[in-house]
Amino acid sequence: MKIKSSYLPYFLVLPAFAYLLFFVGYPLVQALYIAFTQNGQLSLATVRKTFADPYFWEALKYTIALAGVIVPSQVGLALILALGVNRVFKGKDFTIYALTIPLTISDVAAGLIWYSMLSPSGFLNKLLLNIGIINNPIYFFGYQYRHMEFLAIVLAELWRATSIVFVIILAGLQMISREYLEAAEVFGADYWTRLKKIVIPLLKPSIQSALIIRTLFAMQIFGIVWILAGRDIPILAGEGFYRLTELKEYDVASIYALVIAGLSILLGALYIKFMKAEYLEVKR
Amino acid sequence: MNEETKFMLKRITFYTFIFTVVAWIIIPIIISTLYGFSIKEDYYNPEKILPTTFTVKYVKTLLITLGALEGIKNSVIVAVMTIAISFILGIPAGYAVAKFIFPGKDTIKLSIVALRMFPIPVMAIPLVILYIRLNLIDTLFGVALAHTAMALPFVVLITSSIFAGVSKELEEAAMVFGLTRLGSFFKITLPLALPGLAAAAMFTFVMSWNEVFVASILTLSQRTLPAQILSIMAGASGGAAPDYYKFAAAFIMILPAITFIFFARKYLVTMWGITLK
Repeated sequence: MKIKSSYLPYFLVLPAFAYLLFFVGYPLVQALYIAFTQNGQLSLATVRKTFADPYFWEALKYTIALAGVIVPSQVGLALILALGVNRVFKGKDFTIYALTIPLTISDVAAGLIWYSMLSPSGFLNKLLLNIGIINNPIYFFGYQYRHMEFLAIVLAELWRATSIVFVIILAGLQMISREYLEAAEVFGADYWTRLKKIVIPLLKPSIQSALIIRTLFAMQIFGIVWILAGRDIPILAGEGFYRLTELKEYDVASIYALVIAGLSILLGALYIKFMKAEYLEVKR
Repeated sequence: MNEETKFMLKRITFYTFIFTVVAWIIIPIIISTLYGFSIKEDYYNPEKILPTTFTVKYVKTLLITLGALEGIKNSVIVAVMTIAISFILGIPAGYAVAKFIFPGKDTIKLSIVALRMFPIPVMAIPLVILYIRLNLIDTLFGVALAHTAMALPFVVLITSSIFAGVSKELEEAAMVFGLTRLGSFFKITLPLALPGLAAAAMFTFVMSWNEVFVASILTLSQRTLPAQILSIMAGASGGAAPDYYKFAAAFIMILPAITFIFFARKYLVTMWGITLK
């Protein structure tokens, strides 16, 4: 039903578009205003105040470090999982179901679940103590064990958010035509050659979008860090939250928000550049 | 090594891999659930890896005394409002993108995706000031409005691909037999799209159910479950509640999510495959 209609589609799209524009546009303008003015005057005082705070640089450092460790591991792991699962075997349905369970588990819940695994009286410590691998519990939590807290966050995030990458890559894998692979097989290409020459190149769009989606969300990482480490490991969203709710510093919180926005827009530009929007609907 | 042992060895390696992966996902969920129902003495007993005595005490305290039940109620209200608002706004847009050709369509579609890329903290912090002015602060409706902004792009994209999947021939036939476009939408397209829309609604529900940053910032007394759990479990410094309450909290939070994925798992790959390619 390719109907050329002059105004109806705009009329249908407009409410949603206007709503989104308002909820993104207004906060952005407001954040810029709060961050860069003081008593109605243009001022960089808040920016200076924020930049002078060592917590800001720590937060920036840890946010980038967490993304740098978590995102590549997730994509690598998800790729291995998707390739492993994308064949016929007994229990395939259940395996895919299990792998997608974390998709619906919130970061707060994932933090709590991993706390039960890693706390001093948690499962991992009790297990290792009882089989005699360690003599004293491994401490994952507390300011003096920041490196371990970092590790705990990485473990929990890998557990929670690898599934979305897995689903995206699996969907990409399933769209690769069998014919290419069969043709390659006929011509004697072994598994690794097929993987390198056919599968990975065709998966590139899926991998790219998974990478960028995860990086974007990594910029706003919050609940899992807040539950497992509190402010021991400062992160941008967490500091913004703290400044706003505990100290009522709207201006500094806005700077944190803008830094996250800046990083995200940078990555969002990459996303749009690489995203191939191919939908099922009618094309021009 | 002959071909047969090689084959067997490959099989064993493969199944070990699958088993390890499934265990890695499932064991933490089982453990935290068991701990959520174990008695304090079992949990702190270093000899006992798995608890043997169970109690509903902590789950009950959390639900009633600490107000998690109230949080669940608030979460459900917010999620239902989010579904309602985002579907009212999103379904027409999704339908337009799926069934019409118009200048600027690709730009509009791309902008909708791009607006979703805007991080939640950025949206939430300035919203506080607006909400104070509009008397929306600390209201569930306010949280639902913000969650709608988060869910709407997703609803537009998913509904557009669902509508695109409904065959045009059926709609055309209906219109030939005298239904108007609106009539054919309600009589033909909508019923056929219903299962997909239900999956999208469930997904919107889970998105809102899980969201914590916006909910924590915009409310104080009317908190959704994650926001409330966050404030009970980790004050500003972290680690405020005793461990066994944490596990009870995890159990309460994941139960509906896991139930959802059991019902919607059929749609997951297609949904994400199409929306986020």
